[in-house]
Amino acid sequence: MHSSLNAILETLFPFKIEKRPSDSKLMSYLSPLIAISLTLISGWLLFIALGVDPFTALYTFFILPISDFYGWTELGIKVAPLLLCAMGLSLCFKAKIWNIGAEGQFIMGALGGGAMALAFLESESSWVLVPILMAGILSGLAWSAIAALLKTHFKANEILTTIMLNYIALNALLYCVHGPLKDPEGFNFPQSALFGDASLLPLLHDDYRLNISLLFGLLALTAIWTLMSRSWIGYQINVLGEDAAAAKYAGFKEKTLSWFALLTCGALAGLAGVSEATGPVGQLVPQISPGYGYAAIIVVFLGRMHPVGILLASMLLGLTYMGGEMVQMEMTLPKSLTGLFQGMLLFFLLASDLLISYRIIRIKKTAMPSDPTHAVSQG
Amino acid sequence: MDIELLTNILYATIRTGTPLILVALGEMVCEKSGVLNLGQEGMMLMGAVVGFMAAITTGNLYVAVLVSIFAGMFMASLFGFLSISLVSNQVATGLALTIFGGGLSAFLGASYVGVGIDGIQPLNIPLLSDIPVIGKILFQQDPLVYLSFALFALVYWVFKSTRLGLNIRAVGENPEAANATGINVHGIRYLCVIFGGAMAGLAGGYLSLAYTPLWSEGMTAGKGWIALSLVVFASWKAERIMLGAYLFGAASIMHLILQGTRFEVAPNLLAMLPYVATIFVLVLLSSNHAKTKLNTPMSLGVPYRPQL
Amino acid sequence: MNVPSGEIHALLGENGAGKSTLMKIIYGVVKPDQGDFYWEGQPIKVSGPSHARDLGIGMVFQHFSLFETLTVAENISLSLPKEMSSDKAAFNQRIRDVSHHYGMELDPERYVHSLSVGEQQRIEIVRCLLQDIKLLILDEPTSVLTPQEVKSLFKTLKQLSTEGCSILFISHKLDEVTEICHAATILRNGQVTGTCDPQLVSSADIARMMVGKDTPLTENYEKSEGTHTVLNIQNLNFLSDDPFACSIKGLNLKAKSSEIIGIAGVAGNGQDELMRLLSGEATSDQTTLTLLDTDISKMNPSQRRKLGFAFVPEERLGRGAVPDMPLSDNALLTASHKDLISNGWINKNKVTEFANNIIQKYKVKCSGLDAQAKSLSGGNLQKFILGREIEQKPNLLVCSHPTWGVDIGAAILIRHELIKLRDQGAAIIVVSEDIDELYQISDRICAICQGELSPIKDTQDVSIETLGQWMAGKFTATQSDTLGADYA
Repeated sequence: MHSSLNAILETLFPFKIEKRPSDSKLMSYLSPLIAISLTLISGWLLFIALGVDPFTALYTFFILPISDFYGWTELGIKVAPLLLCAMGLSLCFKAKIWNIGAEGQFIMGALGGGAMALAFLESESSWVLVPILMAGILSGLAWSAIAALLKTHFKANEILTTIMLNYIALNALLYCVHGPLKDPEGFNFPQSALFGDASLLPLLHDDYRLNISLLFGLLALTAIWTLMSRSWIGYQINVLGEDAAAAKYAGFKEKTLSWFALLTCGALAGLAGVSEATGPVGQLVPQISPGYGYAAIIVVFLGRMHPVGILLASMLLGLTYMGGEMVQMEMTLPKSLTGLFQGMLLFFLLASDLLISYRIIRIKKTAMPSDPTHAVSQG
Repeated sequence: MDIELLTNILYATIRTGTPLILVALGEMVCEKSGVLNLGQEGMMLMGAVVGFMAAITTGNLYVAVLVSIFAGMFMASLFGFLSISLVSNQVATGLALTIFGGGLSAFLGASYVGVGIDGIQPLNIPLLSDIPVIGKILFQQDPLVYLSFALFALVYWVFKSTRLGLNIRAVGENPEAANATGINVHGIRYLCVIFGGAMAGLAGGYLSLAYTPLWSEGMTAGKGWIALSLVVFASWKAERIMLGAYLFGAASIMHLILQGTRFEVAPNLLAMLPYVATIFVLVLLSSNHAKTKLNTPMSLGVPYRPQL
Repeated sequence: MNVPSGEIHALLGENGAGKSTLMKIIYGVVKPDQGDFYWEGQPIKVSGPSHARDLGIGMVFQHFSLFETLTVAENISLSLPKEMSSDKAAFNQRIRDVSHHYGMELDPERYVHSLSVGEQQRIEIVRCLLQDIKLLILDEPTSVLTPQEVKSLFKTLKQLSTEGCSILFISHKLDEVTEICHAATILRNGQVTGTCDPQLVSSADIARMMVGKDTPLTENYEKSEGTHTVLNIQNLNFLSDDPFACSIKGLNLKAKSSEIIGIAGVAGNGQDELMRLLSGEATSDQTTLTLLDTDISKMNPSQRRKLGFAFVPEERLGRGAVPDMPLSDNALLTASHKDLISNGWINKNKVTEFANNIIQKYKVKCSGLDAQAKSLSGGNLQKFILGREIEQKPNLLVCSHPTWGVDIGAAILIRHELIKLRDQGAAIIVVSEDIDELYQISDRICAICQGELSPIKDTQDVSIETLGQWMAGKFTATQSDTLGADYA
């Protein structure tokens, strides 16, 4: 019965999946493009199902937001936090440390930096940004240090601990904006006072909202790129992630490397958080992060954990945020299309990644019983 | 603390523990077969939103529960296709399922936020529900709570004394060997993953149809993740999942418990408790590392491709 | 190829000759591209292992297909029809009866991970015997057994054969084949190179058919006497927290320069733990390890390497080399202290030079420095890893299963290099299950059993019987009393 079922399957789908002798470099670059195409096709079908013109909708989602220079600067605002978080995460993922905690580290960075900014509410000096940014970085770092301690000292699964820390961080933020950090003159809204002008990140140009956080992101990109491709510690992180047994055999210090990766990620995510609070938002609000920490995970996978890829992917993911807002404004479609498109991207990417290590080949027609070549071999 | 408050607390503990039991039992079965599905949160959310939509459209809550289950199964088959047939990384695929489920459910449910329904009502079991204290705690619950008892018994029995349970354990232990003894490894894994999806969908449905009969974005609030920790905490044993789920249930209703005392704590701080408790449990487990290792299905998280 | 009933038929061939693949095809695990298979005169297509079992074919794999956390009875019941194990008590009794009948005592209620490798093999065989079996396939069954256990296995096989069951015996060891087989088929590179009656044809002729024309059949190496002590292990104790690992008990060993010490033993008797303790991947508080007068007990692997320690692990891919990384990166893995890093930055030129040197000197066949480690054949990868370790000019080289699964050409090169390193004055410790190889290259030999080490003696003074006793844990056995000992 089994064999007949297989036979039917083989006629219907005359292909089989076969492992490649060596991973395909080409496919690892093509796979994100395949995923993007599949996402667009699914989006097309989805919009048809929703009864809207798919071309207009996709145009509004993906093109309209960046159809002018202002749009590109707005994209830069979204790219900066994604890039910072993703560069940090890429370090962890390279080491196969599944840190899902960028979201929490981002929130803690915003909260720590925000609290500092509220303490300097009256200050006029532009030096005040230094302690504010430091507070943000250190808060993110401290939050990731908890995860690092739990991982190296208590062998607790970092996926679960960092997720839990994300929820705790969110509740800490909610507690603060409902309580101690609530704006006394804010009509009881759960949000802090607006930060002083000196506490806001300098803009790159007065006509646009884009600020220097994008430079932080590009700086992080260059630094981590150099670290991972040229340095001994970068090499060790690569080995640890590729093959933990080999790292142990070579005598690399797994705990030190884990701490390094997690703390770097925490610091960068914290910087992203404080930059968001002292940048486009300008105060502490409950929804300070529109899920940047989670979207950064997709960025890292989509960008093949390579800095250039990550830059491109963070632009695409940044665009999904703008697209969601745009279709809501222009076409009254739900903003949550953002999350849907992000999820589909990651899903299709993981499916297309099969083509890196495997290839799909046509099954050769099994020899007919009358075939003379067939009876020779081991009869 | 008076007896009535205690009764109420235990009653609520059972209710809050129920979704955790459902998800954790499903994930346990899935992990026993060697598949780690981190997408519980996504499957729950889909179960919750689709079930809620069905309740409003059909007006029939039991149809809605079935729809929830199917939604979870659908999501699980997506995961299964990627992680079993396409041998993708289970961790990444699970995360993708959570992110995708979160996005899709928010999208589908956008117009249902703020809509209310009459949820599934408690069903008093004749005679038993009249027992003082215990009657209220155990036998004045809604039907899905009773279903969770039954499903626990089912899972327990399958692993205790059926060939299917043995096959699942064999696949999770050593898929190559299982294949060599003639077990259909992929078949068993699909079965377990889809069962896990059904359970997560049911848990989602429980949240939006019975526990708090409404839909809000991300309403599972990490329950899927807590359930994942619970499976580790329970060392892959159904009876310990029951115990753990109710302990976590109790941690989530601290505000009720604190009513009896004079402490006043901000609700957002109380809301941290289940998450802190989860971390605490994960730390506790490390003291017993050897035992955890012995209980962990050996091929957990490792994709399997039969030679062709 | 034909196997009549009641015959013990050998399938001979070197590693990679295609023996295991052929067996898997017969058992239905792997599907053939083309060809016919006749069973009791009928052409048949085996669709899968359960179909094979229905036909009466049983198979014992080289790597057991057992489930460690299940009991013996559960393991056996998994491959049998459901009805057979429905009554647990009766089923357990049947296991006891059958295993007793064939002299392979088994306790059905024990967990597999608590059993020795020899006992685990019994489960596999008993599992086949519980069915109405006509053909039993054994894939390299003796490679995991002590010589004494081999004897008792052969007894069982002979008993089975007289009861009319055919046996396909896969091996690369000629002496075993001549001992029990009635017929032999020889494979090389996936093709049949000959069939013969092993009782009539000389071993040398069979060997020729196995390895082809131009490979030397035997190698002879001069024995050497060690000079000063390089490594001194005093009273090594190690209790693992891993439930599947073996503990090391009171182990003492001195390795001298210019000598090779061979450690024989059945897998899972503490070799892996000993290797980890030597390399520094694990450490133990209760020992003193001295490498050239320096106490290294508390040092990690990279500190030990700086003192001249080198190690070729059993797992080539996934420990000795990173599968997905190119060879140039893999060359750096353990050689970072050899001037390849400056101020925390990698000196890429020097790494390239170092890797190229290894590839040329050790004749590593690969597509270049960018080739992923996993794209190399086992033999070439082993040459690369061995080259990397030897090029660091170690004082002490520890080598685990140096030629396991390696083709004959590579194996000879590897043994040559080991001897060369020894003659340059290094101390070498080799752990292997291949007793012939240990006799060939070791200057002194010993065995490990359940974490304890036997006496260490000059190789020429240890008979294979004594070594067998040692492998079974009977360390007090001496030459005289093994001669008359009864192995059964």
